[in-house]
Amino acid sequence: MVDLSVDLGGGHRLPNPLMTASGCAANGRELHRFFDVADLGAFVTKSVMADPRSGRGTPRMAETPSGMLNSIGLQGPGIEAFVDEDLPWLKSVGARVLPSIAGSSSTEYAHVAATLRASRAFDAVVGVEVNISCPNVANRGLVFACDPMASAKVIALVREQLPRDIPVFAKLSPDVTDITAIAAACVKAGADGLTMINTLLGMVIDTDRMRPQLGGVTGGLSGPGIRPVAVRAIWQVRQAMFEGRIPTVPIIGVGGVRTGRDALELVAAGASAIQVGTAVFNDPSAPVRVLRELCELLDAKGFERFTDAVAVAHGR
Amino acid sequence: MSERQLRARVTQEVAEVIATRRVGAYQHLTLVAPGVAELARPGQFVALAVGGETSGTLLRRSFSIHKVSPSGTYGGTVEIVVSAVGTGTRWIVERAPHDTIDVVGPLGKAFPLPTDPVACVLVGGGYGSAPLFWLAGELRERGCHVEMVLGAASEDRLFGVVEARRSCDGVTVTTDDGSAGQKGWVSDPLPGIIERTGAGVVYGCGPMGMLESITRVAQAQGAVAQVAVEESMACGVGVCMTCVMPVVGSDGRTRMVRSCVEGPVFRGDRVRWDAFDGGHARVPDDAVGAPKVGGH
Repeated sequence: MVDLSVDLGGGHRLPNPLMTASGCAANGRELHRFFDVADLGAFVTKSVMADPRSGRGTPRMAETPSGMLNSIGLQGPGIEAFVDEDLPWLKSVGARVLPSIAGSSSTEYAHVAATLRASRAFDAVVGVEVNISCPNVANRGLVFACDPMASAKVIALVREQLPRDIPVFAKLSPDVTDITAIAAACVKAGADGLTMINTLLGMVIDTDRMRPQLGGVTGGLSGPGIRPVAVRAIWQVRQAMFEGRIPTVPIIGVGGVRTGRDALELVAAGASAIQVGTAVFNDPSAPVRVLRELCELLDAKGFERFTDAVAVAHGR
Repeated sequence: MSERQLRARVTQEVAEVIATRRVGAYQHLTLVAPGVAELARPGQFVALAVGGETSGTLLRRSFSIHKVSPSGTYGGTVEIVVSAVGTGTRWIVERAPHDTIDVVGPLGKAFPLPTDPVACVLVGGGYGSAPLFWLAGELRERGCHVEMVLGAASEDRLFGVVEARRSCDGVTVTTDDGSAGQKGWVSDPLPGIIERTGAGVVYGCGPMGMLESITRVAQAQGAVAQVAVEESMACGVGVCMTCVMPVVGSDGRTRMVRSCVEGPVFRGDRVRWDAFDGGHARVPDDAVGAPKVGGH
């Protein structure tokens, strides 16, 4: 039996490296009808901001080859409702939670982190993912994760608000010239880990109506079609860590994972944990299926520990 | 949304197609899906995966349930009616008997049924009528007088006229081009039928514009409209947030709610019809968390 456990920092040993991806799993109750969310290494919740937010108008999605575009616009209940309702529910079913937080300013991120820390179910939290890379915001294209200084400022402010034993993960966008520069800035500012990658900015034209298909015009591209981009980004950043250009921190891999084989690809490139996102829309129990398939693959390849497979492709 | 609704039982099963036949412009499929058949209520829907485990068409296609037979010869079956309009629906209508399709369901809220035996009018646009015959049966079992109005652009796009005559106390057919029944829209004969039957509830299923007019007519006649919407969905299970629409809650405030879990059936007078325009639904300015200046 393969030892699947993984330590992503803060002394929270997760039983396995499988997670949901933010924005692809809501806040737990919906998928709990299909599998026990406590069976995951961690449950990653939808990015939450300070106030309730309606998100954008519709249409909000467009299907693409092996993927989709979404233009949700960070719809959510706001951090107060999240800590009053969603987080306690996740705790009640025994889930380990990696909340994803967002903001339109660095102070909003800090406020959301502080509210989270002060909440009664905070002991279910095993880390915080900082979404600095959502493409569906008003100044899209100018997301924090496109600028090393802006990224560093957000991460430093969030890091200040949270206890040392809660690792902070910066979620990065692949839509940058050099992702290692952003990764370096985040780690230098106090990020304990990186989540890669968020969606790519894309667009679809409805050729029946001859107009943009999405109500929000542009959207985030996700699904198996973007997996090679995720593998590339993880590889580049992990390579920079090997070369000493970035301190070595855990990378959570996300982007187009649909099967155990896909997960193993991201792991071999350097990911210490795996999130399953858009595949959930196709198969609601995909996260636990991918975990099972990954475990069988590692076993078949003779790995005794999951961690032995992390970044293994770099030496070959 | 109630906790009970979210924890409602749902299954995912690999369903065998046991029958498939052409009905006018549509394809009628019968699937062996005992788990869904056991749990489903009229108004709920199923979400079908397209093209197998490695398919590049990732998003599920949702269909309202036409009929269930929990204890059929082949085990419980679920019937759906499909209009082939794109790659996903084309793949589904091309399935032959003994092929399999991955099915998730039953999903969404069912049509609420009246506690008293009031008269009801059921209105279906095109193949939107699919779930109404099952509903008609349940209503008549409760002693309700049930009339149906079926409308479509043309005769071949009507669904279930014969079945309607069998399952209802009265049937009216309309077509845009006059190729069957009376020429015009379902909203033309509706006021007279509500008035004649004294209907307390109007159930509707079909395109948004039709549901809006049903709601308007029902309101004018003092009846409650219960409408099942057809929003495009990526997942059907409540996690993707793409199928939202503006709906007024019991607190009087408008929210962008998911039609897959809080619908697909809504009380017509709760839907913000003013926000729908040409395939778009905008966020009303007074909605909870609506964008401030500068947008989202």
